[in-house]
Amino acid sequence: MGNPNVGKSVVFSRLTGVRVMSSNYPGTTVNYTEGRMKVGEEEAQVIDVPGSYTLDPTCEAEEVAVRMLDLGDVVINVVDSTNLERNLFLTLQLLERKIPVVVALNMWDDTIHRGISIDLEKLHEELGVPVIPTVAVSGQGIKELVEALPNAVVGNHQERTREERWAAVGHVTDSVQIISHRHHTWAERLSDATVKPVQGGVIALGVLVLSFAAIRLIGESIISWVMDPMYETLWMPVVQHVSDLLGGEGVLHAVLIGRVSDGVIDPVESFGLLSSGVYVPLAMVLPYIVSFYLVLGLMEDIGYLPRLAVLLDSAMHRLGLHGYAIIPTLLGLGCNVPAVLATRILESRRERFIAATLVAIAVPCASLQAVVVGLVGNFGYRYVFIVYGTLLLVWLILGMILNRMMKGFSPELLIEIPRYRWPLLEPVFAKLWARVRGFLREALPVFFVAILAINLLYLAGAFDELARVAAPVVTQLLGLPAEAVVALLVGFLRKDVALGLLAPLALTAGQYVIAAVVLAMFFPCVATFAVMFRELGAKDTAKSAGVMLVSALTVGAILNAIL
Amino acid sequence: MFGWLRRRGSFSTEGDVVTLVTMNPGQVGIIVDVRGGRRMAERLAALGVRKDKRIKKVSSMILRGPVTIEVDRSQVAIGFHTAARILVDVSVK
Repeated sequence: MGNPNVGKSVVFSRLTGVRVMSSNYPGTTVNYTEGRMKVGEEEAQVIDVPGSYTLDPTCEAEEVAVRMLDLGDVVINVVDSTNLERNLFLTLQLLERKIPVVVALNMWDDTIHRGISIDLEKLHEELGVPVIPTVAVSGQGIKELVEALPNAVVGNHQERTREERWAAVGHVTDSVQIISHRHHTWAERLSDATVKPVQGGVIALGVLVLSFAAIRLIGESIISWVMDPMYETLWMPVVQHVSDLLGGEGVLHAVLIGRVSDGVIDPVESFGLLSSGVYVPLAMVLPYIVSFYLVLGLMEDIGYLPRLAVLLDSAMHRLGLHGYAIIPTLLGLGCNVPAVLATRILESRRERFIAATLVAIAVPCASLQAVVVGLVGNFGYRYVFIVYGTLLLVWLILGMILNRMMKGFSPELLIEIPRYRWPLLEPVFAKLWARVRGFLREALPVFFVAILAINLLYLAGAFDELARVAAPVVTQLLGLPAEAVVALLVGFLRKDVALGLLAPLALTAGQYVIAAVVLAMFFPCVATFAVMFRELGAKDTAKSAGVMLVSALTVGAILNAIL
Repeated sequence: MFGWLRRRGSFSTEGDVVTLVTMNPGQVGIIVDVRGGRRMAERLAALGVRKDKRIKKVSSMILRGPVTIEVDRSQVAIGFHTAARILVDVSVK
């Protein structure tokens, strides 16, 4: 337990070996994670909780933290040692509640170059509980922390009023801490520049352009230098061989290999389990997942995201959100599931609804983007830009409409801006691996199931009837061939598969753009839908789904009229 | 020259009391009052923004964007309307 962005998750990972996401901004953790560790001979359960400044929660994430408090026998209170005063308020609150506490003075290494000296003995005396200096990112002090756990005590603190508690905090800090003056570091100067209107704006634009360029460059490089050659030299012969063995036709061939046109098994269009089922997720989507999360992970760990929130705050207010909602939005460009979860850092229900709905409608996940770039990009990048531009417009306009339509107002931004940190390679890659593994474990099975189901239903002729029923809407309104209705339905399972399904239909560039936009907006994938259901409840999810349907068809029809 | 700007939005005429919004970037001062709801005051206090604290304004964003200040050697961004309710005495050096 501790304030936001003090390194609780890093301490937790060190204690239990369980990898949890950690970044350099407040609100990375929005849910609790359980793990186990050894204390002496005994095994103990450890719970990582979201950060909170006080025991009076202001958002869902903080509520989670306070709820979990009753479950613990001992609280490890992680404290940012470079900011004792702010952190000790929570420490005292915990102690007044008679909860046994061990204090981990984290980021201890930072106190040295920030000219702060803390008298550990004195602090221990003042608080009456064990105080252990730690540097969680390097593992320093973790062993001592574990050894101190059995010594956790409740201390000797009476209930205080808020004012009394602040006075007590002031007294403790004054008596244990000496701060010597030092000069501004480059990081602090950069920090100031990134929240100034002009410099900050220029820097933000540069960062965004650079990030997109880097994502594209890394993703494309992996595809053309690693995945494509590997698929062609290693896997393609296997697929060809299986195709020959099966005699080039039959049910099994249709499921495993898919359609063969002119003797060529196209890795995208064939749609067999072994052909497209391998190529699309691993050679088309995975490279972009890797490059997106690498760049995002670097930005997270450097600590840039909260600055972006400050810059965009006034614009976001027009959408009924405040600047910090940019964090779920950016996460959504990777995957909408963690993005909807991350709306827990927002204070009001109204904001959470708007943010989650906008993410589900107008923020395409990395998987869908990869296929958009891969397929729509064939017609020229102009069309990819139309897709992105349309979604951005939808995000803005729909946000403004929701803001007007919904009762209430959006709360104000109030965030701590973390210091810039030089990202450490090991944690950045560990985080990247955790996210990529998440994709492989959770997305890949759905991918195979989707392709299998499509093939079986095709063979059973189930789609013909469906296409006939939905044809008026799809052909008249959206200008797409009737078969596209299948893709829209499959979009509920996986959007990347859905867009891939359109590859053999020989659509025009305009039709592709419409299909991509409608697919992105139409309905969230089943995983996102489930999280929305859990986070927003049935009523709001239904409302949100209604907004999706109406806006997707409207925008699709408009695009159809223009293109 | 910008005196009119500084006067507008300041609640008090005593001393050199301004709001965080009208304070100039780079200026240092001591918080004398945080007006507004108890809940907001508590959240601000938790971030080190409370009465008698010495702060330095870092920047304010255009179009009624947030004000960023430095307090306790760390930075906090505060929404425009909240910032307008925080009074700072800038006469102290």
